[in-house]
Amino acid sequence: MASYTLSVNGKTHQVDVDPNTPILWVLRDHLRLVGTKYGCGIAQCGACTIHVDGVAMRSCSLPVSQAADRAITTIEGLSEQGTHPVQEAWREHDVPQCGYCQAGQIMSAAALLKDIPNPSDEDIDAMMSGNICRCGTYTRIKAAIKTAAAKS
Amino acid sequence: MTKINTSYNRRSFLKSMAVTGGGMVLGFSWLSGCRPEETKVATGPALPDNWYDVNAYLKIGENGTVTIMTPNPEFGQNIKTSMPMIVAEELDVEWEQVISEQAPHNAEKFGFQFTGGSRGISSRWEGLRMAGATARQMLREAAAQTWSVPVAEVTTAAGMLYHEASERSAGYGEMAELAATLPVPEEVDLKDIKDFSIIGHSKKNVDAKKIVTGQPLFALDHYEEGMHVAMIVHPPAFGQRYVSIKNLDEVKSMTGIHDVFPIKTYKDGFAKGGFDTNAFPELVAIVGKTTWEVMQAKRAIEVEWEPFADYTETVMGFRGDTSTRKVPAGLESTAAHQTAMEEAAARPGEVVREDGDPKGAFARASRVIERTYSAPFLAHNCMEPINCFAKVENGKVWIAGPLQAPGLIEGTIAARMDLTPEDIDIEMTRMGGGFGRRAYSHYMLEAALIAQQAGVPVKLMYTREDDMTNGIYRPTYQATYRAALGENNELLAFHVKAGGIPESPLFANRFPAGAIDNYLAEEWSLDSNITIGAFRAPRSNFMAGAEQSFLDELAEAMGKDPIDFRLELLQRAENDPVGENNDYDAARYAGVLELVRDKAGWRQPAPGVHRGVSAYFCHNSYAAHVLDLTVENDRPVVQKVTCAIDCGIVVNPDAAVNMAEGGIVDGIGNAFFGELTFTDGVPDKRNFDQYRMIRMEEAPKAIDVHFVESDVNPTGLGEPPFPPIFGAVANALYKATGERKYRQPFLGSGNLPG
Repeated sequence: MASYTLSVNGKTHQVDVDPNTPILWVLRDHLRLVGTKYGCGIAQCGACTIHVDGVAMRSCSLPVSQAADRAITTIEGLSEQGTHPVQEAWREHDVPQCGYCQAGQIMSAAALLKDIPNPSDEDIDAMMSGNICRCGTYTRIKAAIKTAAAKS
Repeated sequence: MTKINTSYNRRSFLKSMAVTGGGMVLGFSWLSGCRPEETKVATGPALPDNWYDVNAYLKIGENGTVTIMTPNPEFGQNIKTSMPMIVAEELDVEWEQVISEQAPHNAEKFGFQFTGGSRGISSRWEGLRMAGATARQMLREAAAQTWSVPVAEVTTAAGMLYHEASERSAGYGEMAELAATLPVPEEVDLKDIKDFSIIGHSKKNVDAKKIVTGQPLFALDHYEEGMHVAMIVHPPAFGQRYVSIKNLDEVKSMTGIHDVFPIKTYKDGFAKGGFDTNAFPELVAIVGKTTWEVMQAKRAIEVEWEPFADYTETVMGFRGDTSTRKVPAGLESTAAHQTAMEEAAARPGEVVREDGDPKGAFARASRVIERTYSAPFLAHNCMEPINCFAKVENGKVWIAGPLQAPGLIEGTIAARMDLTPEDIDIEMTRMGGGFGRRAYSHYMLEAALIAQQAGVPVKLMYTREDDMTNGIYRPTYQATYRAALGENNELLAFHVKAGGIPESPLFANRFPAGAIDNYLAEEWSLDSNITIGAFRAPRSNFMAGAEQSFLDELAEAMGKDPIDFRLELLQRAENDPVGENNDYDAARYAGVLELVRDKAGWRQPAPGVHRGVSAYFCHNSYAAHVLDLTVENDRPVVQKVTCAIDCGIVVNPDAAVNMAEGGIVDGIGNAFFGELTFTDGVPDKRNFDQYRMIRMEEAPKAIDVHFVESDVNPTGLGEPPFPPIFGAVANALYKATGERKYRQPFLGSGNLPG
């Protein structure tokens, strides 16, 4: 066990956990921020995507020891009122089916648009192919990203 | 208007005793009461001070806000939006006045609360319309009494009551208290389809805001004081069972571990229900404080397993009838399965249907075309892994989790824990995918048993590896088709012989049965200890791919256009059907083919584009696809799928399009990559690094969905677009490569070639 100071969505938290604990489980079990999802535990499905210092990362494979003192953003902190352009575009296109993967999809998409404000189809494919949607909403996700890009 | 007698499902309209003072009975959710910090973003209509229960499906606040219950669980098909739309339509309110709520499990009020088999909307259509219409009638009656006018003169519009002659009006909220005390009318008027203003008009997903802001919606998101995390360890191989924990003390002493013990899911001799499928009825449970700590214990634990001997189990049917199921011993492998299937296919099968004289027709054929198609086991791989929250206190069990049918597990839990169904409270949480997997909810019983033995509330979670290796797969199937062609290339006879492990996929009375004079359908099956279950139209999702591939091969051999050939057969089935039990409507079947032909511009494909067509009927609906594929860097790229569906009246069009798009993407993914193989009983794939799922870059560039305009009651949509896409993929790949694929997955399960 070790003590870590975490900065999550602009708030500082103190946790006492095994240094190897993935930040995903610190967020979910200790900080009760459950918007970030567990899907595979091996960085293959993207459901657990968060931003660390503005970069999309798979929280299931990032030990807490490497996340301390870095700015972590989760789906709950992506915007104050749920009005990030990506979130709004998701609603405009009514993207979700079951909804389980969508927080991870949105976090990946938001990171993509931060780096590439007007992504091509290839840019979108390259970034978003790390996120699995079992319901198959990919065409809507792509359309929503383009809408968000046009608006932001 | 249509008069309808409300005696149908009248029990659903039983009014609660306490109609005044909130009447929260119907909306009560014990779980949501203990969720952390609910929505920070206010959405939806204003909440009233008092609710009045008009019937089990709806309550109306004094301010006119209406809460409508969705009786069936939500797994992404969007019924939590579309079911209240149906009620709201007949109630005659504005959609903006409506709050949608997931109903609690209550068979007395809501009947069989089942999501699956594409039956959600179709099974609820009449009942939901009546729930709205009876409430509207009771509100009119209340207004008539209040105003002392004849009820026939009271009209409604957009949540308001009017009496034109006396120029009086009132909101529904003003009349709700009185309406809730009135008797349920014997007969009510339903709207004419042409007057629908909500049904047929797209409404956004009612939970979209919560989803995109990461609010807790899933059982896996639930936390409460004193709750522990539980995980299971199941045998690594099918055909094995639990013996002992080798290092119990060591694991129990690990940091954060509360308890470790074996559980036995069923009592000896328990007669299983049809959905109590479970390959691993004895498991090891690990209970601890946090997920990561339990995962460490799970890694450290050493369990002794042993092969089990052949056994038979008793399975109870829905009518109380019982049958026995043979579970063979052994550690099964895919290679051996394939050999056994080839041998079984070579033996005479069980004849399920025979029209005319197929034997004679084949004997006099000028040419016989024979092809065999096969597909592997598939895992559901719902994105939300199997999980369930359970609390056992004072002889009561509270369960909250993702499941498709609480009515199918409640009795099983009661039998195992010596309780009555009244002692068990099941909350249906939003499912992170279902696809058939969550109709088999043994994990709910596991969670309850673990909570009981550990003496603490638990949230049971399967890891992805547990989820993928636990069984209840889409079976492996094989089908051989034969066609007899005459001297002039005419189709003389058709023969299908299909089987699988452990069930046959055959539907003997489906197309092209009914369209061919000499027709023979045979089936076979082989026992296995690998468990299987529903999977987005199981059987159909294999048969469609095989049959629609064969029809294309046949059309080519006969020198006909694939759509023209299918339409000719359908015309025969419509005008002069062969046999009596054909289970499809040939005109509706032809309708989707014609629509997709026209919408896709079938005869004018773009240059460089390879097209495949496919159509299928299942779950009472019809779907046809034209799939356009190009090859780039030796890699197939699906440019576009044009889709035509006849599922009767479409309640929520944009959500229906979304569902069809999902079915198409899911089908392409499984056709390209889907595969679970076994070596000595052990699933060869355990996680998404090995089990290939379709990803963004492999999804079609465009999907164009069209619905046949219809005034037929809704027939089902979750499954129907899925099976035929396998055939469209196969037929387009053949056009692109000149080589026919007979074994799924068509691209292998690894990365794309090239």
